[in-house]
Amino acid sequence: MLIYSQPLELTKLLAAIDNFLQGHLSPGWAVPVKGILVGILLLAAYAIIALALIYIERKVAAFFQARLGPNRLGKYGTIQSLADMIKILIKEVIHIRKADKLLFYAAPFFVIVASVLAFGALPFGINLHALDFNIGVFYLLAVSSLGIIGILLAGWSSNNKYSMIGAMRSGAQFISYELSAGFSLMTIVVLSGSMQFSEIIEGQRYCWNLFNGHLPAMIAFVIYLISGHAETNRGPFDLPEAESELTAGYHTEYSGLQFSFFYLSEYLNMFIVAAVAATVFLGGWMPVQIKGWEAFNQVMWYIPSWAWFFGKAGLLMFFSLWVRWSFPRLRIDLLLNLEWKYLLPINLANLLVMVVIVLSGFTLTDLFPALFGK
Amino acid sequence: MEVRDIKIKAFPAEEFKDNETLQQYIDAFKKEGGSVIVGKLDQLIDWGRANSLWPLAFATSCCGIEFMAAASAHYDLSRFGMEVTRNSPRQADVMVVAGTIVNKMAPLLRRVYDQMAEPKYVVAMGACAISGGPFKNSYNVIQGVDRIVPVDVFIPGCPPRPESLFYGLLQLQRKVRIERFFGNKRIKRNYRPETLIHPETGESIDPQIDFDNE
Amino acid sequence: MNNRDETDKTMMDITQIIQRIAPDAQIEERQKLTVTVKPGQLHRVVEALYRNEELPFDYLVSLTGMDWGETLGVIYQFSSSADLTQEVVIMTATADRENPLLYSITDFYETAHLNEREVYALFGIRFINNPDMRRFLLNDQWKGFPFRKDYKHDAGLNPVTVISSEIVDLAPCIRETAGGKLIEENNPVFDAEDYIVNIGPQHPSTHGVMHFRTSLDGEIVKKVDVHSGYIHRGIEKLCESMTYPQMLHLTDRLDYLSANINRHALCICIEKAAEIEVPERALYIRTIMDELQRISSHLLAWATHCNDLGATTAFIYGMREREHILDIFDKTCGGRLIINQNVVGGVMFDLYPDFQKDVKAFIPYMRGRLKEYDNFFSHNAIALGRMVHIGLLSREDAISYGVTGPAGRASGWSCDVRRYKPYALYDRVEFKEIVRTEGDSYARYLNRLNEIAESLHIIEQLIDNIPSGEICAKVKPIIRVPAGQFFQSVETGKGEFGVFIESNGDKNPYRVKFRSPSLSAVSVIPLICKGAFLSDLIGITGSMDFVIPDIDR
Repeated sequence: MLIYSQPLELTKLLAAIDNFLQGHLSPGWAVPVKGILVGILLLAAYAIIALALIYIERKVAAFFQARLGPNRLGKYGTIQSLADMIKILIKEVIHIRKADKLLFYAAPFFVIVASVLAFGALPFGINLHALDFNIGVFYLLAVSSLGIIGILLAGWSSNNKYSMIGAMRSGAQFISYELSAGFSLMTIVVLSGSMQFSEIIEGQRYCWNLFNGHLPAMIAFVIYLISGHAETNRGPFDLPEAESELTAGYHTEYSGLQFSFFYLSEYLNMFIVAAVAATVFLGGWMPVQIKGWEAFNQVMWYIPSWAWFFGKAGLLMFFSLWVRWSFPRLRIDLLLNLEWKYLLPINLANLLVMVVIVLSGFTLTDLFPALFGK
Repeated sequence: MEVRDIKIKAFPAEEFKDNETLQQYIDAFKKEGGSVIVGKLDQLIDWGRANSLWPLAFATSCCGIEFMAAASAHYDLSRFGMEVTRNSPRQADVMVVAGTIVNKMAPLLRRVYDQMAEPKYVVAMGACAISGGPFKNSYNVIQGVDRIVPVDVFIPGCPPRPESLFYGLLQLQRKVRIERFFGNKRIKRNYRPETLIHPETGESIDPQIDFDNE
Repeated sequence: MNNRDETDKTMMDITQIIQRIAPDAQIEERQKLTVTVKPGQLHRVVEALYRNEELPFDYLVSLTGMDWGETLGVIYQFSSSADLTQEVVIMTATADRENPLLYSITDFYETAHLNEREVYALFGIRFINNPDMRRFLLNDQWKGFPFRKDYKHDAGLNPVTVISSEIVDLAPCIRETAGGKLIEENNPVFDAEDYIVNIGPQHPSTHGVMHFRTSLDGEIVKKVDVHSGYIHRGIEKLCESMTYPQMLHLTDRLDYLSANINRHALCICIEKAAEIEVPERALYIRTIMDELQRISSHLLAWATHCNDLGATTAFIYGMREREHILDIFDKTCGGRLIINQNVVGGVMFDLYPDFQKDVKAFIPYMRGRLKEYDNFFSHNAIALGRMVHIGLLSREDAISYGVTGPAGRASGWSCDVRRYKPYALYDRVEFKEIVRTEGDSYARYLNRLNEIAESLHIIEQLIDNIPSGEICAKVKPIIRVPAGQFFQSVETGKGEFGVFIESNGDKNPYRVKFRSPSLSAVSVIPLICKGAFLSDLIGITGSMDFVIPDIDR
């Protein structure tokens, strides 16, 4: 189907590994080994992306705040996060005497497992997709909402009042904004007619969903960014941690590695939200393509698909950091007002409008098939 | 390892004061020996620890403002990777005691210190934290936080300028860099808890007591 | 002249009122009109002053505990909210040193609550009818009363400990029944099933080591109980063993953000008492430095307020501009935060050659930044939601609690000391007193930003006209202040800062008291935070802008 040459794609490499495994192992072994390899790769990517994000966030924050940011380790401080990682790996893990032991230890795992599960289902590029479900969007929404259980458990089991308040805030916030996030993704599912990531991406070859569904899609995009931002507990929605109010919120009592789980998953969740938004609204790993401009399309394909993916997600993340470092924090009632009084009603109406638009053929692909049609 | 091998970017070892003391520690550790592989690992761990000192600002007075100034745009603590101020003691590595500590605060200072996770370091910032400073003769002021918690680095000044704070923190980095994770060898710290008395029994408190388990 | 006559007339009236109630009261014309009354008459005299229709003395400036050797007593300094120049000082004393009891005036002045508790902690005087007679600055376990002259400081008496004691939420109180009998009782501070959260003393947003015991109903604040004294350094007691010039450096460390202005107050107080003439050039330098210090104080207040609301970047911006002022301080006298500039008789360091150039460059720069702040934060929808109609403080409450400074003026109370009791050059410069009537966090926030602009305006008027000449009068190293009581107040970044010195004519003072604007600001927190959200508690404390060492002294 693809007629363009793709020199930098990893497709061939993956195929080679696949052949190697098939050739040297019995079929009963090849699949588990492949699964384990993919798992290790995903975990490694998870850790590397999280560390990179922490460094990027610190640099971007410094940029907004007229500072320099870390610059002592490596060129421009690039290996700062590595030092942090080494330190935190061997930092003492404090056992809280009056904590609920089982829940206290389980909580960070819930948080990190939820984000790893969601991370694993992301389409990073052509064939760089661990499992292409036919209900990919649904799966992602489902597993990413597991994390909140960890946060609630952490707050409850720490036996600390700050943690408790933080966790309760987080619960209220997450459940509310999960609705909005779900509905805005649903709007796009209506538009693309599929829940499978590969189909959603393929459908955006000549026209991103953001433009294809014009007004309702743009509304859904904005709402998704807001609610995704809120779900990840990042400023201005960082009430559960609210440094100036609750010292460190739900993870006040966690130290060492357990704390680093919360810390990593926070950054990774930010990446997941940005990646989903990029995939669903901005065409995911699909390079920018214009119908009929073959040379241009070929040039675009020279940039590998995973670079497109990370580029789009990175842009959205920069936006998220920009917001985070610009706004003051919302209060819990303002936060819930925003969701229940504004975002949710708008979202419901928006979904209806989208259904009407799709049914009556008012999407850009339907209106201008010559320009944007499949 | 020699003192000059401890590299701090843009700050050669000769420009630091009191290299002799540091060298003594290195020599003492060297005498006890240790295998090469473990030594390399130690160095890696120390490198990580030294460059990722997340501070907890125990700011009570003027010095706290200078700490804030040091963390802000003009001076920028983040260059050393230290801008991640953790307000929860569980996640902090170095407690910067910035300001006077009085009788009423002493138990709380100790409690915050006990809540921190190992390895933990304490920096006494300013004259008050070192000795009581201008309030030394007061009935309520503690003459130095090293009576309550072990102190790694003292930073003089009233209040110390942010540059002094940086110098002190870099000295702390150098101290961390010669510790040994394997064998649990740490540099001796300033600590004189002899004056502490149990409020009920009137007896002096054993500094080894784990106060959390009281 | 006319004004002076009127003042005399009102004072005559007051003398008559007091004489009618307490015929044996001693009325003297000292630096201020001073009345000595018997403890039994105090409450009635104060009530008469408070209810005086023509000019109600509804503002309790300060409440100072005293130990006169034989007797223990209190000096009250009253003023009128309508006209701060009207002042009366009332003194009372009891000879009972074992169990000294005086009547509380908390039923008229809310600010007396914490002040009376402080007097109890330091002098052991208990106040009848004060509903809460816990010690304020010291622990309940503290032995002895450190400010009494017969207190011998001994490390064994109150040893340092690292084992914390439980906080007992019981407020002892001595109540007088209708029959005149005294009953001692203990009132619980919180309900039994309250969910109590300790905010502080080690907390990122209490601006130091404040401790609010807060009972919560969900996220709603039910009650706030203020604990303080985590940095009570006994500065006033230390001053008693120092010579006057030695005292100066301690004032810097009270409200360290207005260090220079505090020091200015003490200098003026000593200069007035010892009749030292300050050279003109020194007055110019002092005024300009005060205003620069005020800008830096307001900038930090703005920055931390924004930080409390969760805007970290705004915090860094405020600190960034502040550094420009600190650079000017640095070049003048080598200090940044605490600059040791004012000394008795003038200033210690002359201006450096480029001072005027630097300040003139700073003024337009700062004006531009104020616009940036407005664009960045003042009109931000979230920020407005967090500040408008939050932490409402009415004018009456502001006066009763003695909340001065930008916070008091945000409640519609014109209380700028620079205007009512001008010192240094404030009677020669033209400036606008910023008064708002909304009384919410946002009004306090805007007041500070506007006051920065006014301060720039004041500096602009002075910077080109600095006369040449001496910077310091000739002052002997040991200054003897004549016997008597001396008061001076100035306007710091936080509000009215007062100095009271009682001298025996010695080389060191007999008693020194600093009137702290922050203490009033913090005493009003339980009132304005009641029913607010927990997040707003933090936001409101940010908007009140207090400095803890100033409270604890």
